[in-house]
Amino acid sequence: MSDLIQLSKFGVTEFEAQHALDRLNVRDVDYADLYFESRTSESVSMEEGIVKRAAKSISQGVGVRATAGEKTGFAYSDELTKKDLEIAADTARYIANSPKGDSPVPVPTQRRPTRDLYPVEQAKAEVATPERVTLLNEIDAEARRYDPRIKNVMASFNTEYKVVAVATSDGTLVTDIQPLSRLQITCIAEDGDNRQVGSFGGGGRVAFEFYREGGRHLGYAREAAREAILNLSAVDAPAGVMPVVLGGGWPGILLHEAIGHGLEADFNRKKTSAFSNLIGKRVASDVCTIVDDGTLPSRRGSLNMDDEGTPTSCTTLIEKGILRGYITDKLNARLMGIPLTGNGRRENYQSVVLPRMTNTFMLAGESDPQDIIRSVKKGLYAVSFGGGQVDITNGKFVFSASEAYLIEDGQITKPVKGATLIGNGPEILTKVSMVGHDLKLDNGIGTCGKDGQSVPVGVGLPTIKIDEITVGGTRS
Amino acid sequence: MAKKSLVPVETANGYAQLASEVLARAKACGATEADIVVADGETLSVQVRVGAVDRLTKAREKRLGLRVFIGKRSATTSTSDFSQESLERLVADTCTLAGAVVEDVVSGLPDAVQMATDQPDLDLYDDTVLDTETQIDWAKRGEAAAFAADQRVTNSEGAEFDSSSGRVVLANSHGFVGSYKSSNFSLSVSPIATDSETGAMQRDAWYEVQRKFGRLASAESIGQEAAKRAVRRLGARKVSTKRVPVVFDQETAGSLLANLCGAVSGYGLYKRASFLLDKLGQTIASELITVYDDGRMVGGLGSRPFDGEGLATRKNTIVERGVLKSYLLDTYSGKKLGLPSTGNASRSVGESPSVGPTNFYLVPGTNSAQEIIGSVKDGLYVTELIGFGINMVTGDYSRGASGFWVENGELAYPVEEITIAGNLKQMFKNIELVGNDLVFRGRITSPTVKISEMMVAGN
Repeated sequence: MSDLIQLSKFGVTEFEAQHALDRLNVRDVDYADLYFESRTSESVSMEEGIVKRAAKSISQGVGVRATAGEKTGFAYSDELTKKDLEIAADTARYIANSPKGDSPVPVPTQRRPTRDLYPVEQAKAEVATPERVTLLNEIDAEARRYDPRIKNVMASFNTEYKVVAVATSDGTLVTDIQPLSRLQITCIAEDGDNRQVGSFGGGGRVAFEFYREGGRHLGYAREAAREAILNLSAVDAPAGVMPVVLGGGWPGILLHEAIGHGLEADFNRKKTSAFSNLIGKRVASDVCTIVDDGTLPSRRGSLNMDDEGTPTSCTTLIEKGILRGYITDKLNARLMGIPLTGNGRRENYQSVVLPRMTNTFMLAGESDPQDIIRSVKKGLYAVSFGGGQVDITNGKFVFSASEAYLIEDGQITKPVKGATLIGNGPEILTKVSMVGHDLKLDNGIGTCGKDGQSVPVGVGLPTIKIDEITVGGTRS
Repeated sequence: MAKKSLVPVETANGYAQLASEVLARAKACGATEADIVVADGETLSVQVRVGAVDRLTKAREKRLGLRVFIGKRSATTSTSDFSQESLERLVADTCTLAGAVVEDVVSGLPDAVQMATDQPDLDLYDDTVLDTETQIDWAKRGEAAAFAADQRVTNSEGAEFDSSSGRVVLANSHGFVGSYKSSNFSLSVSPIATDSETGAMQRDAWYEVQRKFGRLASAESIGQEAAKRAVRRLGARKVSTKRVPVVFDQETAGSLLANLCGAVSGYGLYKRASFLLDKLGQTIASELITVYDDGRMVGGLGSRPFDGEGLATRKNTIVERGVLKSYLLDTYSGKKLGLPSTGNASRSVGESPSVGPTNFYLVPGTNSAQEIIGSVKDGLYVTELIGFGINMVTGDYSRGASGFWVENGELAYPVEEITIAGNLKQMFKNIELVGNDLVFRGRITSPTVKISEMMVAGN
């Protein structure tokens, strides 16, 4: 990203952008921006041992926004002519309904991004489809080699190459190139009538070589196969309140659902979050420190800048159990009078900016993971999860285990079938009694949905012990 | 800057002309078969919150998707740029991609004789164009009604009124050209109620979607229902872990039906990733269960005159008195299973067809919801489900739930932070009552149902 991308990449001149911003400059408008986006997505997928599908999509457009007080006017267009920009600007400023402002908007001057978290030189190099096909074929063979009971392997490899430019009424023009890719594998294992599924995947803002480094793709294949085979012998999950040990990495989805969403500034400005008015209060035990960090190199949730052109940062959400801060975009930071954290994100030019998480994780503690498991007499050890969801207002959240084991007398014993765990966001982390020294970030598979918009995110967790949480199994 | 389009495209005829030119180009590029979807649309969305406009969104968009076959190899692409240069590149890219994948003997367009010969007007389009002020007024009235309905409604996530309309054109190398327009008008209201003693908050929402503006219920009635639903959750508590009968209201029963719909979809079946694998002709549910998928319901939210491959839609019987009668199939998944398409190809522009429901519904029974709740001595009435704890391969089911505890046939108190768990294979067989309260509120709809027993996990 050392190159400065010119607006002409989008077929727009700087004069046209300036002209549109000028149209948005009416008296009550506090802020306006133009978000230009060009995105190329490619995917290849395999099933039944053959790579049968390949797809590519190209989209380009502009989102035009004006904010006035709490109001947002927004329009978007997939045509980028001067006239389309004017129409969009006129729509966006409708919310202000006020005469032209007195002071002219500053001419946007291009600012270089302050860092380069995902050098794209390699990712930029087109990876030919045949290489992707070979990658998937090797995965299929490896998963089937793992165990003859693996009867089907479904794998897909998706890449996205996104170029964005944000021109704002506060006089900046910032651009970024945001590569993203993901490899996902699902295996079906069969043993007589018993059929089970296992999944694994990973990715990030990385080049194609990432997937082959040290045979990483084959490791993913073995993990998916292992989980499917393991589930063949899973017993019914228990039901009721019990201690649960979460393994490191992806189980960090707990943090994303239980507290992350509840700390997004929009819900707190509107006082619709179970965390409203809890800044400075205890919401977790003192072994818990949780951050949202968009600055980690190459991670799926990382960004050089957010979608408003603000550099991303590392924000402490919870420090030793005390709620410290919210994650913000420009609108909510301004209205709440709190710091801008660089969390203003949008799915694409067709979506509005919302405060969203980047990579959310708990810092490592001091416990030995083995001691954590040994401390549980009867409970659950959950190491992999499917999705989760939260009701922001009452704080209730769920997340569903896809690989879990019983703990009996301090020992991991039988694998159990998937079960949903349910808890209350502002309360659950007060029940974390041990935090391991083994912080792990997830492999890069998370996609977060909010208001119908999907954005890539990361999570991370050391091994932790929750003294009690409700486990939604079938066995009493 | 100005881009040259091949033809003036803003009409169905223009799109058909554009499609035929792209098809010709694909053929010249080596494609043996191809099809094209062109979709465009306009949207106006208004959100108000606590009486003031919060967000206003307006957009027009368009997209073209191309699928080519070179023999038995295929690839799919899409673009929003209809300029000549862009479409030429798209065709070339698609043919290159197709050349890179492996031959799949089952792939291909449906046979020419299968293409829809009639394209009935299913009354999916309303040419009413609402201005911004009208939409703001609807949203404000909906939210105001929620505030006025109960003093415990103290806050709001807002009310949103959306109107959208669009056109779909599908054309293929058999010479099929189909086109239809559709529209949607919707209002949703999301109030927040507060318990004045504890300060605890509860959110709920109510909404309605209609093809025709004139068929929408009043803003006031939607707001009042939303308020009622938020307020009734106040004071919710956990219950102890036990095995009890569970009644699903229309919304949550609809989610069970969506799980059934997923399990009978051809793609999951041929990949051996459905718990209803090899169950055609067998009893999979209680004999109270009859399920139809009707693509030609007049004015239906899931209706369309032809499917994503140009086959005529129709009414399919999926389950009849508990017996699985049909899967939902498109041409490809049908061939994989040795069956003809059921006219259920669904197509997002830029993706190869998959299978989707049209209007997928459970035929109503005879009992009112009140009678069904009345039949429960000690059990759960579920009104909301959260999370994704459903394993489509095994049918294992475990989701977060909230609703009401039922004691001696009456709703006793609201409950939350519990899960309900079972296995979908058994749950459908254990449906012992089906309500008479079917209302078509979406593509997949169900009346109230009662399942004889599930595990509820709480304290």
